[in-house]
Amino acid sequence: MAHEATMSPLAHADDHHGEHHESPNVFGFWLYLMTDCVLFGSIFAAFAVLRNQYAGGPSGKELFDLTNVGIETAILLFSSITYGFASLNALAKNKTMVLLWLAVTFVLGASFVGLELNEFSSMIAEGNGPDRSAFLSAFFTLVGTHGLHVTCGLIWMVVLMVQMMGPQDLSERMMNKLACLSLFWHFLDIVWICVFSFVYLAGVM
Amino acid sequence: MLGKLSFSAIPLDVPILVGTFLGVAVIGLAVLGAVTYYGKWGYLWRDWLTTVDHKRLAVMYIILAIVMLFRGFADAIMMRTQLALAYKGNPGYLPPHHYDQVFSAHGTIMIFFMAMAFMTGLMNLVVPLQIGARDVAFPFLNSLSFYMTLVGALLINISLFIGEFAQCGWLVYPPLSEMQFSPGVGVDYYIWAVQISGVGTLLTGVNFFTTIVKMRAPGMGWMQMPVFTWTAFCTTVLIMVSFPVLTVTLALLSLDRYLGMHFFTNDAGGNVMLYLSMIWTWGHPEVYILVIPAFGVFSEVTATFSQKPLFGYKTMVYATCSIMVLSFVVWVHHFFTMGAGANVNTFFGIMTMIIAVPTGVKIFNWLFTMYKGRVEFTAPMHWTLGFMITFSIGGMTGVMMAMPAADWILHNSLFLIAHFHNVIIGGVYFGYIAGMGFWFPKAFGFKLNEAWGKRAFWCWFVGFYLAFIPLYVLGLEGMTRRMNHYDNPDWYPWMLVAEVGAIVIALGIVCQLTQLYVSIRDRNLPENLDLTGDPWNGRTLEWSISSPPPAYNFAVIPDIHGLDTFHTEKQLGLKAHGKPLAPIHMPKNTSAGVFIGLFSFILGFASIWYIWWLAAIGLIGIVATMILRSANRDVDYYVPVSEIEHNEEVYSRRIAAAQAAE
Repeated sequence: MAHEATMSPLAHADDHHGEHHESPNVFGFWLYLMTDCVLFGSIFAAFAVLRNQYAGGPSGKELFDLTNVGIETAILLFSSITYGFASLNALAKNKTMVLLWLAVTFVLGASFVGLELNEFSSMIAEGNGPDRSAFLSAFFTLVGTHGLHVTCGLIWMVVLMVQMMGPQDLSERMMNKLACLSLFWHFLDIVWICVFSFVYLAGVM
Repeated sequence: MLGKLSFSAIPLDVPILVGTFLGVAVIGLAVLGAVTYYGKWGYLWRDWLTTVDHKRLAVMYIILAIVMLFRGFADAIMMRTQLALAYKGNPGYLPPHHYDQVFSAHGTIMIFFMAMAFMTGLMNLVVPLQIGARDVAFPFLNSLSFYMTLVGALLINISLFIGEFAQCGWLVYPPLSEMQFSPGVGVDYYIWAVQISGVGTLLTGVNFFTTIVKMRAPGMGWMQMPVFTWTAFCTTVLIMVSFPVLTVTLALLSLDRYLGMHFFTNDAGGNVMLYLSMIWTWGHPEVYILVIPAFGVFSEVTATFSQKPLFGYKTMVYATCSIMVLSFVVWVHHFFTMGAGANVNTFFGIMTMIIAVPTGVKIFNWLFTMYKGRVEFTAPMHWTLGFMITFSIGGMTGVMMAMPAADWILHNSLFLIAHFHNVIIGGVYFGYIAGMGFWFPKAFGFKLNEAWGKRAFWCWFVGFYLAFIPLYVLGLEGMTRRMNHYDNPDWYPWMLVAEVGAIVIALGIVCQLTQLYVSIRDRNLPENLDLTGDPWNGRTLEWSISSPPPAYNFAVIPDIHGLDTFHTEKQLGLKAHGKPLAPIHMPKNTSAGVFIGLFSFILGFASIWYIWWLAAIGLIGIVATMILRSANRDVDYYVPVSEIEHNEEVYSRRIAAAQAAE
């Protein structure tokens, strides 16, 4: 989406010195991720305030199935590794392998979202939806926001895969896009580790 | 099919609104008709609506801000008139539910769509020029940000004619704003308008931070950056840290309203205090987001018109950065009465008082800049001097309220209203108008009329004191804010004085409009034309190029050797550059921003009225436009050397003409 046409000529001149020079797009995306970090931080704060407000409803201990969450966690962390393989192959300009690893990452990400939706729907079916108590509102919002981010990442991944098969190939612009999505994907992993620890583990312990 | 929307949503029974609607419709049709009559649609679309040029976006932002100023001010004078009438037996002319919408809309519009739009406009116009850049880092995102702001402004104004606006104040505190107590669409209008424009602001923050970090001209280190750019930089940091909190807070409120969740409800474990804490975690930095760039404007204006370098440049930078950091540790002073406990209140009280220190440093810096300078009393300088007096008073009443014990008495009273208008009008508004006068010739190539500018200033200055000093008194006499009617005879005369003040301010706005009209009419008079691009004997890079600048700003990127390099070189009679010209790589205009804006509008409007199929169309439209844009490879072009040479030649001929005229 972003544009580097207007960057100062100095930035390009520096490339010739063989130093690593970060694209402004990737820098800008880092900044966006930091704002996203504040966004998650705020939801975590809301969760921290409301985590004991069961309003007579069930607590985390009664609701959470750590096996299921453990599988979700494993799938998501593993998808970060497979995205890493895609990145390495992109650097090696091996497009077929990039597409393959992205496809694997996509399947893993989609399974994660599927498992999460399954967890949500069974909770709602038992009458423990987000409108049951403040604790459940905060739980659904926090976990759901993460899931929504993963879903956006999946859509983005498909778009990049299709574009890569077209004329954009593995151009510099595409490499930047892959780098941004990579940051996004790993960032969501880190957020999930916090969700797993502070929501699920702390809720069950 | 149409959700909650029906013909009964159109308030045909309220004559004020019908009249306003007719007025807006007539003016709107006249503008559209004029554009059609003069055949300017193509020009408007190609050169303005789809532009990614930061200077043109700046102009559009500031036009939006001025239009929103009218709307916000209309609300203000309606409130003052109501309170000048609604004493004892007279109920006034605004029923409570209408009055409550008016004060909610006034605050929301003035902060989000007047002040924020004005601030973003000034940043857009000035920052790339001051750092020697050809545009911002992400020109398309810049256009998108503008349309997000515009859509927010449209939604909030549509609430006048279709449905209603929120009746729970400009920060829609729950539980009043929850479904249980506000079942109408007013709060939803608020949420979607602010949410959409908030996304635009966040993108602006990321965009300008990247621009300032990555795109400064060679040699411009951090301590060679002009002060306005420094203040813009601090503002972008504040935006990036605080706006996500606003997004979350409003999203949680929407979840309460739309999905029946319990974040801030009275029942099922919701916590209203959580909302207050979160909204002010954004809200306090927000006032610094507005005022810090105004400090930057005052610094540029004072140095230029005192014909001296800014006194204490480094302390100015450090003071700005301290304010930036401190603004995040004071938010609890907005609700000392909530009962967080003596220790917590003490901490936040002391922190609030500490903010006065760097602000005081700034005031002294400006005073010492003027000391022994040859001060030219231009209109921007008038606004600056008016600011120094007014803002100091506002700052002192702020320190008074920073004492929790005093705040328990003053909280929620008109004293508070007087205080924040004291700093927002005296600081933010005076600053933006000073900036508009200062940089107007850069954007358009001719100066604003001085005489009308000074008249506007005096009306605003006197009107401000007449309108708000009575509010301090009323606050001390115990009058609370947001009252629709009162019986206390002691208050009545003060309310009449405040009404007079509002009328004087209205005259100030009339003077400003006249100033624009007269300046445009007389733009070709020799004393008004800015042929050299440097009408004020300026100090920073934006004055080193023609007015208005070419789309690419700088034919050759200048080399920077220190603070105010342009001014130093001018003094020494050095030619700014001798580097060879090269083709310039520029971004192409794009309509993607317009379309994403359009779909966001559809999404927002449909969600407000629960028309879910339409909301889905809006959302899909946004995503599809973004994907199409990301697939577009035809996004840039090169300006050929011949065109740059031609522009440069025209510019030097204009300079020669100006020199001959002297």
